Amino acid sequence: MAGPVARPGKGTIVKSAVIKADHLDLVFQTNDGPVHALSDVSLSIEKGEFVSFIGPSGCGKTTFLRCVAALEHPTGGSLSVNGMTPDAARQARSYGYVFQAAGLYPWRTIAKNIKLPLEIMGFPRAEQEERVARVLELVDLKGFGNKYPWQLSGGMQQRASIARALAFDADILLMDEPFGALDEIVRDHLNEQLLALWARTGKTCLFVTHSIPEAVYLSTRIVVMSPRPGRITDVIESPLPKDRPLDIRDTAQFLEVAHRVREGLRAGHAYDD
Amino acid sequence: MRSVLPILTVVMAILALWYGAAVMLNRQWTLDQAARAGQDLTIAQIVADTMAQDRPKLPAPHQVGAELWNTTGAMVLEGRAFTRRSLIWHGWVTLSATLVGFGIGTGLGILLAVGIVHNRAMDMSVMPWAIASQTIPILAIAPMIIVVLNSVGISGLLPKAIISAYLSFFPVVVGMVAGLRSPDRMQLDLLRTYSASPSQAFWKLRWPSSMPYLFTSLKVGMAASLVGAIVGELPTGAVRGLGARLLAGSYYGQTVQIWSALFAAAILAATLVGIIGLIQRITLKRMGMAR
Repeated sequence: MAGPVARPGKGTIVKSAVIKADHLDLVFQTNDGPVHALSDVSLSIEKGEFVSFIGPSGCGKTTFLRCVAALEHPTGGSLSVNGMTPDAARQARSYGYVFQAAGLYPWRTIAKNIKLPLEIMGFPRAEQEERVARVLELVDLKGFGNKYPWQLSGGMQQRASIARALAFDADILLMDEPFGALDEIVRDHLNEQLLALWARTGKTCLFVTHSIPEAVYLSTRIVVMSPRPGRITDVIESPLPKDRPLDIRDTAQFLEVAHRVREGLRAGHAYDD
Repeated sequence: MRSVLPILTVVMAILALWYGAAVMLNRQWTLDQAARAGQDLTIAQIVADTMAQDRPKLPAPHQVGAELWNTTGAMVLEGRAFTRRSLIWHGWVTLSATLVGFGIGTGLGILLAVGIVHNRAMDMSVMPWAIASQTIPILAIAPMIIVVLNSVGISGLLPKAIISAYLSFFPVVVGMVAGLRSPDRMQLDLLRTYSASPSQAFWKLRWPSSMPYLFTSLKVGMAASLVGAIVGELPTGAVRGLGARLLAGSYYGQTVQIWSALFAAAILAATLVGIIGLIQRITLKRMGMAR
């Protein structure tokens, strides 16, 4: 796999950015005229960062993630993933994508669900087994491999879908509101586990969310976005330590960051109708 | 077993209606006969006679039941299950054409559905023709198929099977197009993130997702196949098959024979659909998709 490539851009030397967006534009042509899903989005994400994207519906946070995954194609600007085009990065298995719904196949057991990408990518059979065992342990689902999805709770299903995204060792994890459909208690638990997972694996995480506490709790950096046109209004470096127990959310430091996120959303007219 | 009581109630109601209708419809013939012979009949005599006529307008249930037994079970006991008088033999003739036609129709239907889902040109062009094909009355086209195939030397089972296939491919096409398109966008996007090929997407996602749809359309297709085989037997000169029994019965005014052939066809259809239902339940359960 190609390593991160240093690319000179606009007169500055860029250090090893895993994801680099430069004046990204994406315009959808609809029957009601053009919709600016992304407008002039520039962002550089380093290896090992945990970056959250927060903003109201239509701000382009999901669209940006889909561009990184080459599920959408920008109409302007440039975007590189691991120093490649998004399409090439996908071919090189650079990322795992976790959707809002777990989307496990009901006719496959959990282990067979996690095997799905491995089968498609043509991993040898013995290696498939070994990888499944490893990621099941990583998401704390050891012993559930032979269960069917309906036998698992919503939170466990979403963990299985994260395991599926981790199975082929992509070094980028793209998550599109993965816990959005779960209740808050389960969500807290999964957030804690996700942080532990991130600390263990050192993956670069891009995480789309609607929840301010979730974004602040998880991230090293928070990207605040706003709609019409979809754009970045603020990028906040989190001063929180890397080791974060759940009750860090009651500290003054945490509340201060959350306040700044809220201010950023307000500045972008996120609360307007 | 909670469903036994309601089912029995409905069956009893149908039987009661049927006996009532038999008395009403067959009464006139009884009265005419009595008038010709100068007899006076009591009500009990009239009712008894309406249920024992040789060629009633509407045979009573027990007459149909007796005829069914005489042409099936009784013949088996006599060791003549596969003679021309036996409904089992006629039923087998129809069943073989039905099954071959069902096989052809299902295969064709699935192939067309796969084409429609994967090829835009087929999507635009095939469906209107498939719909148009079903607007042609099968009774009109069946004799032509028989005659045309006969003129090129094909007769017997295959022409009937083709008519069966003609009727049964349609529900399979409609059901399988819906089934193969049932995976939502998120599931398709997930496969795109793996750079999965169209054939991988088909075998790993679309095909398994379509299973519930497949079985539903197979049930409809099977019933349509049987209708096709019976219709295909009508223009062949009433020689063999349940359709032939229906036609022969109507030639000679053998209403009891017509009704027993009808019931034999209904029992056959119910059995075939029931078998598909059983396979459906086992398959979906093994796939972990049973609801």
